[in-house]
Amino acid sequence: MRHIISILIENESGALSRVAGLFSARGYNIESLTVAPTEDPTLSRMTLVTRGDEAIIEQITKQLNKLVEVVKLLDLSDGPHIEREMMLIKLKAENGRRDEVARLVDIFRGKVVDVTDNTFVIEVTGKSAKLDAFIKAAHEDSVIEVVRSGPLGIARGAKGLKL
Amino acid sequence: MELSGAEIVIQCLKEEGVEYVFGYPGGAVLHIYDALFQQSDVKHILVRHEQGATHAADGFARSTGKPGVALVTSGPGATNAVTGIATAYMDSIPMVVLTGQVPSPFIGSDAFQEVDTVGITRPCVKHNFLIKDVRDIAATFRKAFYLATSGRPGPVVIDIPKDVTDPNIKIPFSYPKKVKMRSYNPVVKGHLGQIKKAIDLMLAAEKPVFYTGGGVILDNADKELVELVRMLGFPITSTLMGLGAYPGTDKQFIGMLGMHGTYEANMAMHETDTLIAIGARFDDRVTGQIAHFCPNATIIHIDIDPSSISKNVRVDVPIVGPVSSVLGDMLQVLKESNKSPKSAAIHNWWKQIDEWRGKRCLQYDQHSGIIKPQFAVETLYRVTKGDAFVSSDVGQHQMFAAQFYQFDKPRRWINSGGLGTMGFGLPAGMGIQLAHPGSDVAVITGEASIQMCIQELATCKQYDLPLKIILLNNGYMGMVRQWQEFFYDGRYSHSYVDSLPDFVKLSESYGHVGMKVEKPDDLEGAMKEAFAMKDRLVFMDVVVDPTENVYPMIVAGKGHHEMQLSPGSEMI
Repeated sequence: MRHIISILIENESGALSRVAGLFSARGYNIESLTVAPTEDPTLSRMTLVTRGDEAIIEQITKQLNKLVEVVKLLDLSDGPHIEREMMLIKLKAENGRRDEVARLVDIFRGKVVDVTDNTFVIEVTGKSAKLDAFIKAAHEDSVIEVVRSGPLGIARGAKGLKL
Repeated sequence: MELSGAEIVIQCLKEEGVEYVFGYPGGAVLHIYDALFQQSDVKHILVRHEQGATHAADGFARSTGKPGVALVTSGPGATNAVTGIATAYMDSIPMVVLTGQVPSPFIGSDAFQEVDTVGITRPCVKHNFLIKDVRDIAATFRKAFYLATSGRPGPVVIDIPKDVTDPNIKIPFSYPKKVKMRSYNPVVKGHLGQIKKAIDLMLAAEKPVFYTGGGVILDNADKELVELVRMLGFPITSTLMGLGAYPGTDKQFIGMLGMHGTYEANMAMHETDTLIAIGARFDDRVTGQIAHFCPNATIIHIDIDPSSISKNVRVDVPIVGPVSSVLGDMLQVLKESNKSPKSAAIHNWWKQIDEWRGKRCLQYDQHSGIIKPQFAVETLYRVTKGDAFVSSDVGQHQMFAAQFYQFDKPRRWINSGGLGTMGFGLPAGMGIQLAHPGSDVAVITGEASIQMCIQELATCKQYDLPLKIILLNNGYMGMVRQWQEFFYDGRYSHSYVDSLPDFVKLSESYGHVGMKVEKPDDLEGAMKEAFAMKDRLVFMDVVVDPTENVYPMIVAGKGHHEMQLSPGSEMI
């Protein structure tokens, strides 16, 4: 099963490689991993998407917690939560197709953030599946480049993953 | 007090009460060695290879419970130390390893003797640090010793670039009194509700077994363990790492379990209805085929490390906490409950176990004209009255030692269980002997293992470490040969140890006493003579039967109830 795990970790050099190293050393898979400092610059927040049965996910969370630099973590999949991923996609948009692409951007509530005579760069945000759908809708041969952030996640409700 | 980085390093060691540092100098640690030279509180033991430094620090730690300390230079110094660090990591041994690093401005430039020590050691340490500023040294050392010794212990590496120890840069020094890390808070007490649940299960048990591991020794919980086990009257088995936590000669002790464990211990595991696992981690050499593991048991598991729980085997009542505190709480709950175990059922259980014991699974040919390795260990046990510190290398001799030397006290049996590091025994013995001057320290080894760190014989001479090396010489990497005999139709691929040195002359050339023993009748006398030489290292080359195998054995893929007891015997 797919799990999305949020991690608060000391913002120190090497912390990221400890997490990445743990996954490769123990044979767990990482589907995506995003990391950036939080409002407290001494802490980073990671969002990690992985797959595994219950026993594997239990070991993953325990092994992550065991890393000295991990302060707190939460398996968001345990409760209702919001996931968002951002994509920047560069599409061919030559005369005759520009309107069609613009309509597509509207439908997906995206934004055109850069324009040339024959290309658009489009920003789309949403669940990963929505981004997949956008890529599919834009014809394959028109896609020049795709860059995705990997999902971010936050739990619904009043509680927060904080110190 | 203004000190240089190098002086701060030494001062930190003093603050931590470090008596011995096992090390080897080199370019990146020269400032530290210079500071070491100018004081006498911290004693330096010059090994002959960095692997020896880490194993010696490890042996010191295992035999005392205090953290062992090693000091090595950058590059090859650090990589040579890795085997010893990984050995300590697998067995959760508290250790602090200081590695020199090239000066900070050179890091990443492929400088002379540069390796990414933090990167290389990351998967085999509890934690590691790279110090970037002289002002961080004291706080880092405080954290490193705290991490190494608290929670589930383990080795911690501190990588120190040479410029950080510059003797010309002096700063005020003070050692932090307290250490607090928001991201690291080991559990200090077990959950009382879980403890009560466990006690209820134990009191209702009809075929209970205690299964204890190295965690009992690491947390110095032997007294609580003995009291609890005697109070309940249950049988107890131990892993290789746990031997000595409960007296090996006690009648409730049913021997080691696992691949080369006793028949009675493994059968009890198979039949038990209530397994009480304490400070043990369900290692594959212990469990055998997981699908057949304790098929009828409700499992209670006490461990300081949450990630040990339900890692290999699902447990029913996990208790996370320090073993000594949890066992202390169990004793109290038990005493307050005024209840006792089901005596009739336990009585029957013992009858069954005694029947299994009756198979005498460890018996071997007592009338052989060649020295049997088992006989050699039994003789050592007699000569040392069961009271020696015994370190071992890895292989058949290690299993024979575990089976035939009955350890009555904790921290007496010192071996590389998890990583299985050949070459461990001799340097570990040095650490033990330094920590326990005047005590008998025996190194049980094989002719293959001993050659992996034999250079340390020089260290033993330099520091007058009167180890007694018992080399069970069968001319083969015995355990490899045994597996080749069993599973590769006797194709002994590269397991014969050809071109052996004359060990007597070799040890004499290092300035020690060498002996060669070839006849069973000569062994006891020779050992007595060796142990009577209190101030000399004696190297005993004991020629043993090259065809002897370790039994009983659970072969890969089999369960506890499918042991092979002797050559040619059917699986039971």
